[in-house]
Amino acid sequence: MAENLMRVLTERFPSGLEVLSDAPGDEVVAVGAAVLRDVMTWLKGPPLDYAMLLDLTCIDERPLGRGFTMVYHLQSLSRNHRLRVKVGLAAESPAVSSLAGLWKNANWLEREVYDMFGVTFVGHPDLRRILMYEGFEGFPLRKDYPLRKRQPRLKERAPDA
Amino acid sequence: MPERIAAEARRDSLLLNLGPSHPAMHGIIRVMVELQGEKILNAELEIGYLHRGFEKTCEARTYFNLLPYTDRLNYVSPLINNLAYAMTVEKMLGITVPERAQAIRVLMSELSRVSDHLTALGAMAMETGAFTVFLYMMKAREYLWDVIEWTTGARMTTSYIRIGGVRADLESGYRERVALAVKETRQVLKDVHGLLDQNKIFLNRTRDVGVISREDAVSFGWTGPCLRSTGVYYDVRKARPYLIYDRLDFEVPLGSRGDNFDRYMVRMLEMEQSLRIIEQVTAALPPGPARAASGVEPAEAIALSRRQREGRPIRLSPTLEGSEVDLHPGLVAQGAGVAVPPKEETYTSMEGLIGHFLFFMKGRGLHPPPGEVYASVEGGNGEVGFYIVSDGTDRPYRLHLRAPCFHFTAALEQMVRGALVADIIPTFGSLNMIGGELDR
Repeated sequence: MAENLMRVLTERFPSGLEVLSDAPGDEVVAVGAAVLRDVMTWLKGPPLDYAMLLDLTCIDERPLGRGFTMVYHLQSLSRNHRLRVKVGLAAESPAVSSLAGLWKNANWLEREVYDMFGVTFVGHPDLRRILMYEGFEGFPLRKDYPLRKRQPRLKERAPDA
Repeated sequence: MPERIAAEARRDSLLLNLGPSHPAMHGIIRVMVELQGEKILNAELEIGYLHRGFEKTCEARTYFNLLPYTDRLNYVSPLINNLAYAMTVEKMLGITVPERAQAIRVLMSELSRVSDHLTALGAMAMETGAFTVFLYMMKAREYLWDVIEWTTGARMTTSYIRIGGVRADLESGYRERVALAVKETRQVLKDVHGLLDQNKIFLNRTRDVGVISREDAVSFGWTGPCLRSTGVYYDVRKARPYLIYDRLDFEVPLGSRGDNFDRYMVRMLEMEQSLRIIEQVTAALPPGPARAASGVEPAEAIALSRRQREGRPIRLSPTLEGSEVDLHPGLVAQGAGVAVPPKEETYTSMEGLIGHFLFFMKGRGLHPPPGEVYASVEGGNGEVGFYIVSDGTDRPYRLHLRAPCFHFTAALEQMVRGALVADIIPTFGSLNMIGGELDR
C-alpha cells in the first residue's frame, strides 16, 4: 500500500517531488514550492482522496543552514491514511501559494503561520495576524525571536476608530 | 482589530460586538456580527486573547519539564493532553508502555472524555435556558473528578500521564469510586435525556440550527463528536487504535444532520460508550500490588539507609511519586533514562541518586533521536495531535499542537451567517471551544 502510493505519486509528478520516508503510517514527501498547489489539488481529489487538511505548520530551520519548511498533514477518510507533505522555503522573505481555496481551515491555519513565522501566502484572501495583535513587532516562533522579548507599547487609539 | 467586517459592512446594517468577555462566551473570544434586524449578514471572529506562547515556551523546556504546560491546553480534560504529548515522545523514543499503565491511561482518558462532554453540554444547555441540566451535569462531573483527584492528586493540573507510563498507581479504593461515578453519571444521562430530548424550547434552539454539511465539516478539518454529528465516521480510537482500544468493545455514535441537536446527541451517546469502556477496563485491570499505606519521610529514609546494610527495603511515604519500587515496573517503561527512577532508590542508594541526577541534569535526560514525529489521540473535542521535531538535544526543536477546536472555531463565521443573533449562543456552545487549546 505504502510503496504503491509512493509509486503513484512519483509517476504523477516526476519532477518536484521527493519521497523522504515511506514508513507505513508516516509517509513523508517533499514537494517543490512551485508545484505545491498542483500536487495538493491532485492529492485532494480521487483516487487518493485526501479530503481533510489535518494540520499545517512551519519550522524555522535557518539555524540549521536551511530556510523555512512548511509541513502539511493530510488525512484521507475513505482510505484511512495520513500523509505528510513538506515544502522548503527561502530563508529571506519566505512565500508559498495559499491552499485556502482547497481546504477551508487553511485560511486560519495559514494566518497563524503568517503571524508566528512571517511566511507570506500568495493568494490568501485575508492574510493578517490571528493570535497576536495588530502592531506586534516580529514573528514570535522564529528562532531569532528571544523567549522573553518585550514589545513596545501600543499607541492609544481614538475611541471611534 | 476586526477590519474586514467593518470594511465590508453595508451602510444600513448594524455592527454588534459580542465579547471578548461575555457571559455566554465560554472563553475569551470576540464575535463581531453585522445585523439586519436580527439576521446575521456577516460575522468575524477575533481570537488570541488567551495566547500565552505555548509552543515557544515548550521549545525552551526539556521534554520532561514541558509536560505541565500541556495540562493547560484543554483544561477540561488535561489527562488527554498529557497522553497525546507523552505518546508523541514515546513514539520518537520507541518506548513500549507497560500493560497496566496502558489500561490506566485508557481509564483516565475516558473519565476525562466524559467530564469534557458533561461540561460542554452543561454549558450549552444552560445557555439555552436549561439550568437544571447544568447543575446535574456538574454534579456527575464531581464524581468523575473525585476518581481523578484520588488518582492524580489534582483536579485539573494533573501532569499524571508521564513519558513512559503514568506517575503512580491507582489508589486502593478506586473500584468503588469508579463504580459510584459510573452509576451517578448514568443516572444524570438518563435524567438529561428526559429533560432535553423532547424539550420544545431546547429543540427550537438546536434542531436545524448551526447546520454544517458533511463536506464543509471535512474541509474545515473537523474531528471528534462535531465531525461525527454530520455522519462522517472518523475516530482516532478506531482509525489508528492506540493503547488497548483495539481490544475494547465500544461503538462510535454518528449523527446525520450536523446541527446543534446532533452534536448534543452524539456527545450524549458517546458518554454512554465511554462509561462502557470504563467498566470494561476496571473489570479487566489486574489488581496489582496495593499502594503502601504507610512509609517514612525522605529525611528519615536517608538516616535509615546510613544505619542499615543494603538489601532491606525502606518504604517511603506514599505521597511521594513513584515511591513504590515494586510498582515501578508495572507503571513506567524500564530502561536507562526513560522515566524518573523510584524515589526509594534515589534517597537510599548512591546509584539511585546518580540515576536521578542523570535524568534531571541540564543537557541530560531524554534525548530523542533527530527526526520528526506526529502522533495523535482522540480527545474530548477531536484529534489532539502533537508534531515534534527533534534535533537530538534535550529540548524539542519545534513543537506544534494540533488543537481540534481551532478548526471548529474557524467554521463559526460561516455557520452563523444567515442565522439569528440568538443562534450564535447554542451554536457556539455546541462546538465546545476551549480557550486554552484554541489560543495556545
